[in-house]
Amino acid sequence: MDRVISVSFGEIALKAGNRKYFEDKLIKQMRKAMSGITYEKIYKEQGKIYIEAAEENFPQIINRLKKVFGLVYISPCIRIEKDFEEIKKASIEAAKEKMESGNITTFKVDTNRGDKNFPMKSPEMSREIGGVILNNFNDLTVDVHKPDFYLYIDIKQYAYIYTVKVKGYGGLPLGTNGKGLLLLSGGIDSPVAGFMMARRGVEINAVHYHSYPFTSERAEEKVKDLALILSRYIGPIKIYSVNIINIQKEINKNCPADEMTILSRRFMMRIAERIAVENNYQALITGESLGQVASQTIHGLNVTNRSVNLPVFRPLIGFDKVDIIKIAKDIETFETSILPYEDCCTVFLPKHPVTKPKVEDIEESEKALNIEELMEDTMKNMKIYTIS
Amino acid sequence: MIYLDNCATTKPRKEVVDKMIDVLTNDYGNPSSLHRLGFHAEKKVKEAREIIANFLEVESKEIYFTSGGTESNNIAIQSIAKKYSRKGKHLITTVFEHPSILNVFRHLEQDGFTVTILDVDKNGYIDLDLLSDAIKEDTILVSIIHVNNEIGALQNIKGIKDVINKSVAKPILHVDGIQSFGKVDFSLKALGVDTYSFSGHKVYGPKGIGGLYISKELKLNPIVFGGGQESGLRSGTENVPGIMGLGEAVRILSTNSNSEAQKAYELKIYLANKILNEIKDVKINTSLDNTSSPYILSVTFKNTRGEVLLHYLEEKDIFISTSSACSSNGTNKSHVLKSIGLSNDDIEGTIRICLSYEISKEDIDYTVEQIKYAVKDIRSIIGR
Repeated sequence: MDRVISVSFGEIALKAGNRKYFEDKLIKQMRKAMSGITYEKIYKEQGKIYIEAAEENFPQIINRLKKVFGLVYISPCIRIEKDFEEIKKASIEAAKEKMESGNITTFKVDTNRGDKNFPMKSPEMSREIGGVILNNFNDLTVDVHKPDFYLYIDIKQYAYIYTVKVKGYGGLPLGTNGKGLLLLSGGIDSPVAGFMMARRGVEINAVHYHSYPFTSERAEEKVKDLALILSRYIGPIKIYSVNIINIQKEINKNCPADEMTILSRRFMMRIAERIAVENNYQALITGESLGQVASQTIHGLNVTNRSVNLPVFRPLIGFDKVDIIKIAKDIETFETSILPYEDCCTVFLPKHPVTKPKVEDIEESEKALNIEELMEDTMKNMKIYTIS
Repeated sequence: MIYLDNCATTKPRKEVVDKMIDVLTNDYGNPSSLHRLGFHAEKKVKEAREIIANFLEVESKEIYFTSGGTESNNIAIQSIAKKYSRKGKHLITTVFEHPSILNVFRHLEQDGFTVTILDVDKNGYIDLDLLSDAIKEDTILVSIIHVNNEIGALQNIKGIKDVINKSVAKPILHVDGIQSFGKVDFSLKALGVDTYSFSGHKVYGPKGIGGLYISKELKLNPIVFGGGQESGLRSGTENVPGIMGLGEAVRILSTNSNSEAQKAYELKIYLANKILNEIKDVKINTSLDNTSSPYILSVTFKNTRGEVLLHYLEEKDIFISTSSACSSNGTNKSHVLKSIGLSNDDIEGTIRICLSYEISKEDIDYTVEQIKYAVKDIRSIIGR
């Protein structure tokens, strides 16, 4: 009886022609996630990936793999030769281990026969093994609708027995969907937005805007902390840190007060686009959610959008704040996001920001500014950090 | 660099650092050990205790070493409350205290004590008539901050003690001396203070060391138990390098404290007048006579933000402090500034400048010049 970890992946299985490409990307990401942990080997077998490793390393491996996008379930398994007697023994062992977690009275056997040459058909195997379990455990009964646990039997090259399915994040392997530049503030939303696009396979780097000395150096530190948390899922992150205080001062001096936020946002988008083009990112990513603040009305987003040509992904656009917070807590960025350092948006917050800006009006206001010069001066002082 | 945040902490004197390196290198014994190395360490601790006792004009056995001001305040208040709770459960303090006092009182309230929190007037002083009225027959403790850490107001401890002496209950008087120790001249015995807390790192000593004076008339019980060090009041192996560092800092203060305070006072007046003369719409929150610490000046620059001003100055290597933490969302406003009647907008624009013996007139000139520039720039942006 050997112990291995099995990994199942969801959507990749559907990508018929590109399947091998996705699988290889996924294995690459898994290897990265497990770096520093000893394991024997990784192999593919009929739609799943298996890892051979010492059993004491299983918890650590599973913990790391949970954060790899593209994985749906991770299971510690018993691997045996596909021989009925062996399968019987392993099933009793697996059930015994499961019983130790306590308070378990019902079960169901679920067999998946990948090797169609194996003589016993799936229902037959389930029935037989079910009988074996009932004979060995007096406290257990079968419940086919809502069992306390499933005993899974996969019959392939080998037979695999398991009772635990640890949920992964799903999605697609990192790097299978190009590169995106995330506008990362210190708030709750933007790290979640980055996470969600990364889960769709987008490689993420970030641009951060601050207004020192109107914001604290601690605010930038907070963004680095957030990037570090994100990097657990997506690997090293580059942060382009840009001080836009001079742009804000110029807007403040020359443009209507109520347009402060929207004009700043347009500059942020333009700078992000320039960084993206220079560094080969194919999209911008923001944490905007429709109607959440004045600049995120449909009119505001429209005006912001018009400042750039690259596609802007807004994965949170239809999310309520509570749902965003739920994800932020789940990916452990929430605690850091709520630390009270001002980000650059709050300093120049107008008392009554425009909620229905018109593109013509905003473009008219921008005529008072030398956009190109401001951008160049601002980007000259950009700092780049790599967080990992 | 011009360091003007000396209420938060100070730069240890060179003599202090040298002394500590020496102790860490050579006298690393545990004072409780029976061998010679331990005995050496014990003697060093004794020497430091004597230096501090002499400085405060009290007896050595009345000085206890702790990890700092917060612990000293905790030991004093918790221990007094517990010990005298049979006599009464009423405690008095002010709105003007440091969190290491106020939060202990809040905790004691949950344990069934009642707490009267006295207001202060617009200069930060308590009204002695109010104190007199507040003392009931079951009052066991009055705790007062000697020098307030945000605006520098120096309380009239003598007057407070007189009120206590005239009362029937005669509660114990605890004085939080973290900002007054080594900075203002006074005599614990003459003032009739029962317990007095102080800290090492506010007087050019190291962090992690402080002390508590407990009048020998008073026997307090520990709140943390262990090996019985510090006459049983504060168990735990003595922080010998810290104690020696503090001892060295106080040894220097014994000769320098009055001249240093005089110099600081003159600079403070110079600074205040320069700000008033050169910058418009300013409010000085600290009194400029001898009723406040010579080292502390709280100033409100209307229509600015203290934190932004702080960052402007740090770019010029000048370090000051705001009285309130970041408060764009209206939380965390300084309770001290609120209690002397500052509006929320004024609290936002308030900074605290805390001098040290190292500051020169040139430093002040440069600082005011930079404040002037920064205030003008910030106002041009915020004041729209």
